[in-house]
Amino acid sequence: MLLALAATAIVALALLADLIAPWIEQVWARHRARRRRVPSVIYDPGRELRAEQRARALLRSCVGEEEWAMYHDLGFIRVWGGQAGGFGDAGGAPYAYLVYPHRPIVAYVPQTHRLLNEYCVAFPDDTAPYGSARLPDSDDVLAKWMALTGDERRLISTANMHLPGRQLDPARVTRDLWRLSQWERARMRRAAASEEIDAAP
Amino acid sequence: MKPGYGEVLIAEGELERADDEQRLIEEFRGQLDAGLWAAVPMTAHASQREARMVRSFNDIPRDAERVIFFPRAAGGG
Repeated sequence: MLLALAATAIVALALLADLIAPWIEQVWARHRARRRRVPSVIYDPGRELRAEQRARALLRSCVGEEEWAMYHDLGFIRVWGGQAGGFGDAGGAPYAYLVYPHRPIVAYVPQTHRLLNEYCVAFPDDTAPYGSARLPDSDDVLAKWMALTGDERRLISTANMHLPGRQLDPARVTRDLWRLSQWERARMRRAAASEEIDAAP
Repeated sequence: MKPGYGEVLIAEGELERADDEQRLIEEFRGQLDAGLWAAVPMTAHASQREARMVRSFNDIPRDAERVIFFPRAAGGG
């Protein structure tokens, strides 16, 4: 009798195995997932500050003296557009970009300060070595500067293009353009003054 | 360039030395295979600075001081 019951149970288990096995696997996987230790990276302001300092030194060593001073004083860099014949919307006029850290690149016409487009682009590091895929601010600016001066078409075709005002307040960008023009005038005045001093007998 | 770190030295060497050059080529390929972009900062005309994007080791000017690798661009939100 006992043997018969055992045999029946074994047969029943074998028949139900196809139904039970996936369920057991799911329960086991959930159990392992709950027990798994997820590596957590604690935000370390000191590490981020040191990273930014290194990034600033690298940026300074790569861009020109004027661009570095611009970034240092104003917080952004202007990069002249390189496409022959100017930008489509600029009617053949020279155009340029304002490069902000972790903000869209803004294309504009320097002669009129007319804003053309915003180009949303990021340089995510999927390995996220310190829990974040985000480069330090100055590295982000340097990446944009290298990509714009090295292969403008490739970067612009990769970016998501939007009309001005999508992410950056046009009033703020216009104010930045005014700050840039004031900054350039002051810089030219200083250069002229130093030339006069050098030329004096 | 690395998040949370900034600049990281990957490899350095003299191109005149064959073993150094081979190692640099392997590192270069490894970085590009990992999906990074590579650029060489350089001085263009009238002392203007610019970068040259390089896609193969042969694109790198022989007198380049360094090659900078950075994550490839992606459209942002």
